[in-house]
Order: sequence, then structure tokens, then C-alpha cells
Amino acid sequence: MRLVVHNMLQCHVKGCDSNNFPLRLFDVELEIHEIEFNPQFLQSLLPKLDWNAFISTANQIGITSLPQALPEEIDEDFLKNLHRILFETHIMQGKMVCSNCSHEYPIKEGIPNMLLNEEEAEEEAEVEAEVETEAEED
Amino acid sequence: MLPTPNLDHITSNDYENVYEPAEDTFLFLDALENDIEFLKNDVNPCICLEIGSGTGCVSTFLGQLLGDGSTLLLCTDINPFATAITVKTAIRNSIHLDAITTNLTSGLLPRLYHKVDILCFNPPYVVTSSEDVNSKNFIERAWAGGIYGREVIDRMLPLANDLLSSNGVFYLLVISDNKPDEICERMWRDYKFQFKISASRLAGREKQFILKFWRNQT
Ligand SMILES: C[S@@+](CC[C@H](N)C(=O)[O-])C[C@H]1O[C@@H](n2cnc3c(N)ncnc32)[C@H](O)[C@@H]1O
Ligand SMILES: [Zn+2]
Repeated sequence: MRLVVHNMLQCHVKGCDSNNFPLRLFDVELEIHEIEFNPQFLQSLLPKLDWNAFISTANQIGITSLPQALPEEIDEDFLKNLHRILFETHIMQGKMVCSNCSHEYPIKEGIPNMLLNEEEAEEEAEVEAEVETEAEED
Repeated sequence: MLPTPNLDHITSNDYENVYEPAEDTFLFLDALENDIEFLKNDVNPCICLEIGSGTGCVSTFLGQLLGDGSTLLLCTDINPFATAITVKTAIRNSIHLDAITTNLTSGLLPRLYHKVDILCFNPPYVVTSSEDVNSKNFIERAWAGGIYGREVIDRMLPLANDLLSSNGVFYLLVISDNKPDEICERMWRDYKFQFKISASRLAGREKQFILKFWRNQT
């Protein structure tokens, strides 16, 4: 998962609807994968980014080369640094934790898992129901 | 015709856990390819999102059409095997995309509210019982659509309204059993989405359509 994607994710536990973004990163393993620099695309994406969330997340994983606010004038060096951090920095392992409800979302082999226990619990309940009916049949 | 993505990294074992690209998938590729000029010039996408990416064939192809690294390609699937293979398919074809294991788009809203320029969904559309929709078997879940094959589709339609940007497009694969007319009417009535049939084909007894929706620009 790249940092640009982390910027799009928020906790969706039922009833958790304040202070649930950005998800805090823990135990992360990072990898850099290069991708062609495309300043036009990067510029078009900037307005869709939540800059504050991005800065605080970058800080959490030790990236401190970014300004607190998006500068008025954007030069190529700035965009290249941004490109590196947003598009080339991959979180391969770790977890994301909601600051409000503490729900943990794992990241494994670069893929975040946003499924809630609810859904998993639902499945487990189904398995249990199946086991019970089988037991009754016996 | 752009060659379809290379899938030779996927083994027959993998296909026990992930939906194997079929006629529906290829109809999707055709529809996107036919629209490429429109997508590049009129939509000029920044963020693309595919729900239920399976092997990742559709989004990888979209990345090839648009040019790698020119948009953000996001894929979701409820099946973790599918998101893992989606990432591999992209890498195999030198495309960069991001996959997220989730139910439809959970976790991505409200952040992606009105930000998605190209939205794609080849849903589970086969008519089955309601129970089959929540099957624990991932392959069954890939096609089981419940009553009229509409149960997953109907949960997703309101999300399209939340996600689509002002000049965005939404492509949805359906079959006749899903009552495409009724879907289009509903999208117009509830969200003022315009629509047309972007592609169709007969696959055995089943007629498949790619419906295309966009916001009414008035
Ligand atoms: C018909 S397959 C299409 C796969 C691929 N896009 C293609 O065209 O070959 C439907 C896909 O949707 C996924 N899916 C089913 N229900 C889902 C849900 N609630 N949220 C996300 N993905 C889902 C399935 O796992 C499967 O990969
Ligand atoms: Zn939360």
C-alpha cells in the first residue's frame, strides 16, 4: 500500500465517526518501488489529498522533509520529493489503528485489509450454525 | 486492439480461489477500449476505482489503455486471494495499481466522495438463493448474485452516486436476468444518472451488457 492510498482510508466501524482519520501506522516495513515521474498527474491529485493527514502520517514513519502546509509555489524539486513519498513508498507490512475506537486494520504483503470483524464474525456465525445443524442431524 | 493482459503467472490452483476471466471480463475490456478516446479526452481521469477486481485483468487493461502512472488505479475485492493476484497481474504487465481487501468500498468513503472518475464493476450477477451471496466459498461469492442476481448490485448502486465525480463514468456489467432497464430507470430516478448500453453480447443463453452511467450535466 502506498502512502497515497493510506490517505484515502478511514475507519468504518459502525458508530465510529469522529477522529477516525487518518489511521495511525504501526510496525511498518517500507519498500521503495520506482515509478515514472508524472508531474501533471501529481498536480491533479494534490487537491484530492488531505495534506494534514499526509504530513502526520509521513512523520509517523520518519519522513520529515515535507512542509506543514502545501506551498503556494510548487517547483519540480518539491514535486519529485512528493512523488517519492506518495507514489514510491510502499508499506509492505504493518497495521493501521483508528485513533478513536482502536480498531486495527492489518497490512500484509502490501495489501491493507479493511474487512471488519463484523463481517468475519458473521461468517463464523454461519459456520457455527452449520456445525449445529449437522450435530442435530446426527 | 491492445493485447489483453498477460495472465500466465496465474496457476490453475489460483483459479480455485479467484474468478477466472471469462466472457464477461472480456466484454468489459472491449467496452473500455471502445471508449478510450472519450476516457482520455473527456473524462481525463485522475482516480479510477474497480470494485471486485478478481484477477485484476480489467484494471490492468485500463492502466495499459490510459498509460501507466497517469492515474491512480484502485482495486477492491472482498476476497484476499483476489487482491493478492490483482497486484501480481499488474506487476506482470508493468502496471502500477493499488489493491484493498474490503467489502465493496468500505473504508474508502467518505474520502473518495465525488472523486472517482472511472468506476468499474463486474459484479456477482448470477441468479441464486440469497444465502449463496454470503457463501464462504470465494468462487461462489464471485458469481452468486442472489434474487434476480441483484443483491450485490443493489447494495453498490448508491455508492456509485457517492463516488462518481462530476464528469466521471461508471461501467457496470449486468445480464438480462438482472433487469437492466429497471437498473437504468432507478439510476435516473434516484440520482439523475444518464445511461446507455455501451456493449452487449450473447454468451450461451445469457445476454450480457455493459451499462454506462454518467451525471446529468445541466
Ligand atoms: C464476476 S467476478 C469479476 C472479477 C473480475 N473483475 C473480472 O472481470 O474478471 C466478481 C468479483 O467481485 C468480488 N466480490 C463479490 N462480492 C464483493 C463485495 N461485497 N465486495 C467486493 N468484492 C466483491 C468477487 O470476489 C469477484 O472477484
Ligand atoms: Zn474507529
